[in-house]
Amino acid sequence: MSAPEREATVASAVPAGRRRRRPVTGSLLVGGLVVAIVIGMALLSFVWTPHDPTLVDPSVRLREPSPDYWFGTDKFGRDVFSQILMGSRTTLFVGFVAVGVAAVVGVPLGIVAGMAPRWFGELLMRGNDLLLAFPALLLAIMFAAVYGAGTLVAMIAIGIASIPHFARLIRGGTLQVMETEYVTAARAAGRGPFAIAVRHVLPNVTSLVIVQASVGFAIAVLAEAALSFLGFGTPPPTPSWGRMLQESQELLSIAPRLAVFPGVAIAVAVLGFNLLGDGLRDRFDPKLEDRR
Amino acid sequence: MIVRLVQRIGILLASLAVSSVLVFAFMAVLPGDPARVALGTSASDSAVAQLREQFGLDRPLVAQYLHWIHGLLTFDPGNSYISQAPIGPQLADRLQVTLWLVGTGMVIACVLALPMGTLMAVRHRKPSGLVLSALSQVGVAIPAFLAGILLITVFAVGLGWLPANGWTPPVQDPVLFLKQLLMPALSLGIVQAAVLTRYVRSAVLDVLREDYLRTARAKGLRPTRALLRHGLRNAAVPVVTVLALQLATLLVGSVVIERVFVIPGLGSLLLDSVANRDLIVVQDVVMIIAMAVLLVNFLVDLVYLLIDPRLRGGAS
Amino acid sequence: MTPVPETGPAAAAPGSPDDVLAVRNLGVTVGGRKLVEDVDFTIRAGERVGLIGESGSGKSLTALSVMGLLPEGLRASGSVRLAGVGHDLVGADEARMSRVRGKEIAMVFQEPMTALNPTMRVGRQIAEVLLIHRTRPDRASARAAAVELLAQVGLPDPAAAAQAYPHQFSGGQRQRVVLAIALANDPALLVCDEPTTALDVTVQARVLDLIVRGVQDRRSAMLFITHDLAVVATACERVMVMYGGRLVESGPVREVFTRPRHRYTQGLIGASDLTVVDDRGRLATIPGSVPAAGRFPAGCVFRNRCAQATDVCATRPEWVPTGPDSGYACFHPVPAGSGAPGTGSPTNQEAGRG
Repeated sequence: MSAPEREATVASAVPAGRRRRRPVTGSLLVGGLVVAIVIGMALLSFVWTPHDPTLVDPSVRLREPSPDYWFGTDKFGRDVFSQILMGSRTTLFVGFVAVGVAAVVGVPLGIVAGMAPRWFGELLMRGNDLLLAFPALLLAIMFAAVYGAGTLVAMIAIGIASIPHFARLIRGGTLQVMETEYVTAARAAGRGPFAIAVRHVLPNVTSLVIVQASVGFAIAVLAEAALSFLGFGTPPPTPSWGRMLQESQELLSIAPRLAVFPGVAIAVAVLGFNLLGDGLRDRFDPKLEDRR
Repeated sequence: MIVRLVQRIGILLASLAVSSVLVFAFMAVLPGDPARVALGTSASDSAVAQLREQFGLDRPLVAQYLHWIHGLLTFDPGNSYISQAPIGPQLADRLQVTLWLVGTGMVIACVLALPMGTLMAVRHRKPSGLVLSALSQVGVAIPAFLAGILLITVFAVGLGWLPANGWTPPVQDPVLFLKQLLMPALSLGIVQAAVLTRYVRSAVLDVLREDYLRTARAKGLRPTRALLRHGLRNAAVPVVTVLALQLATLLVGSVVIERVFVIPGLGSLLLDSVANRDLIVVQDVVMIIAMAVLLVNFLVDLVYLLIDPRLRGGAS
Repeated sequence: MTPVPETGPAAAAPGSPDDVLAVRNLGVTVGGRKLVEDVDFTIRAGERVGLIGESGSGKSLTALSVMGLLPEGLRASGSVRLAGVGHDLVGADEARMSRVRGKEIAMVFQEPMTALNPTMRVGRQIAEVLLIHRTRPDRASARAAAVELLAQVGLPDPAAAAQAYPHQFSGGQRQRVVLAIALANDPALLVCDEPTTALDVTVQARVLDLIVRGVQDRRSAMLFITHDLAVVATACERVMVMYGGRLVESGPVREVFTRPRHRYTQGLIGASDLTVVDDRGRLATIPGSVPAAGRFPAGCVFRNRCAQATDVCATRPEWVPTGPDSGYACFHPVPAGSGAPGTGSPTNQEAGRG
């Protein structure tokens, strides 16, 4: 009798605005804003960049930032700001496809593993855990060794490496949904597993998928940057933040800003997606929120 | 206890077997013939055939697989397709370098993250806790290689305190070894610390709300001592899990860090082998990394059994 | 064991030398909302006092205030003095409180399944409380005392039990361990917060019996929080009724249960009498439900559920003492000597009397 009492006491003891109704947290706001800016940059790059980001012009090599070249130019005389704008496109594209691959495979896998008989679900998860032994970068390097480096290979490798995270999370959510009374009722009413998966499980795990997608996006951005840095990502001349960093390394003593701009771009984008993920998690499930 | 141990060993062996088959199969189905790839398109058919025979590539896949595994298990993985040099000693050397990096990085991560995460949990309502929390969020967003580049910019290029890159074995020059180890290990460690801090924080927060912590305080322990004596061991279980996952991240992170700091570790070997199309070496390195991750997962399972008596099963 | 009061002005804080605990004007607030207000009571050495009320009445918060273990964000005000302790427990810092907790006051919690550290052997958890307060000189004697305590709380094979981990025990057995920890240092006051609520009905009585015997053997006083009137009737000599964060009635158990004065007490007793049904065959209940904490009406906190409430109830009813330890706070009390209650809720009662 009194277990609910303590909960009720403490829950209602905390001012309502702080615990219960928290539709928009700081994380959600900042994360959403940053992500919107990155998307805005990518869209803008389709219609306008100050200069052609791929235009090599030795006469303006290594210019300091100026009204004409906001972030300066690199060793080939390319405009850094234009490259950053275009690079956001690469980043978003890779993230989008990688998360898409991971969700399209991982979500059904998680649902099946959650609805299947226990032993089969466990077996699927064991196989799933095995994939964790091959982190995104390792998988991408393997893929690159076999199929050659490229954006597509990188995206798919990052996507495959992200499957286990989706599958594990969704299985957990599915197991919870399967224990609810409405699922029991649906089963008693003779609904087949497919109907239950589509009507009951999927809608209830959607919020988990969205949260994981945001966090997965951040992981994909990091992995793409690392791959491009190693030369296994997007091939030149398409601008990419990771490759800009790699090209900057030999010039650290002359022009450290060449590392700073893409570095900040990567960090801010990752921070944005991580914050967005945290904020969405708070919003969808107050119980999982970051402890008041 | 024994049953659990046997069970865990079984899972480890099965995982190792399955992942080795996966790696092998993946490399075996690749388009084109490794011998042809190794020798280049201009090589004569007879030279290719000779190489195929030399490396047993003309044998059935199962035999090739068994040969490969046998080589790995006996620490004699054969010779490179490209350089014809024995791979074994090379792997051992490189692995040692990478273990120094990853080990030091892990120690740095733990030394920073365990106290900071605990502090953040204890002060989660105070400004200092929130500032630390925000800092860790920023740290998570910085890739290790970016941290490396920034460290080089500041401490090597700017201040000139540390060498920008390079590697010296510890037996050769311990001081230079430490100087050269510091920045790469820090790059790996700081970023991992940021991730780990967040997990430590949430694990400690969970424990702080446990009834047994209130019992400990009701006994007359002050909050800090109650947390240290009763909380940390219980908070360790989720933290150890994350540590294991982080080892995989660190191993892969060292691939990039070795490139940034020009360090001859396993990662450099992997990248060079990919560049040289030396596929057998790629296969070996990938398998070693996967093995290391699986082995650590196994060790983590054992640590659980030590930490949490509930998992041991059976009555005493 | 009755603590020997220290000399000095502070030691004389409880009103009479016999008093162990004196709570004066205790309040608990969170963010400006009052969850507990104006709670006054005294417990004498060796006295067993029940504190009853529905969920959300503030009884657990009262207990936690006495222990100084309120959840983060909640603030206690007023005064809580313990005999032999030279300072007020309200507002005392952790260093001072930690010397009192586990030694002068101990507590048995509601949920035995989670109250023990799952990664520490039970014997060590008991020995710890002896070592913290240095009531045993060394580890070995503390361990021996732990085994002895486990025997006292009736665990079979106490030596083996001391070597076991909490998960190897049932809920009832774990609660015995918690009780052993609480009684280890012969506290002057044992606070029990619904100690039997989470247990199977079959073991409730046994654990309750152990608690009562434990405090009697030590001549400790006891503050026993529960919503179960039957438990109070067996375990306690005196009872205090709490509603809406205030004490609404108190007195000897027999007197309060047979001749309640406050309308809320009357309803509570009626609701617990399973032999009384209304004309439609339903068990008696108190109409309405307990408002959320801190959202009780001004004036008499019970007036929105009370059939007798009139305009005067919008002002705060004064405490009406009816004896040295008894009294109530109600403008429309059940007339003294109106006979046995249990004729149902205030509504029924009203109808019956009309």
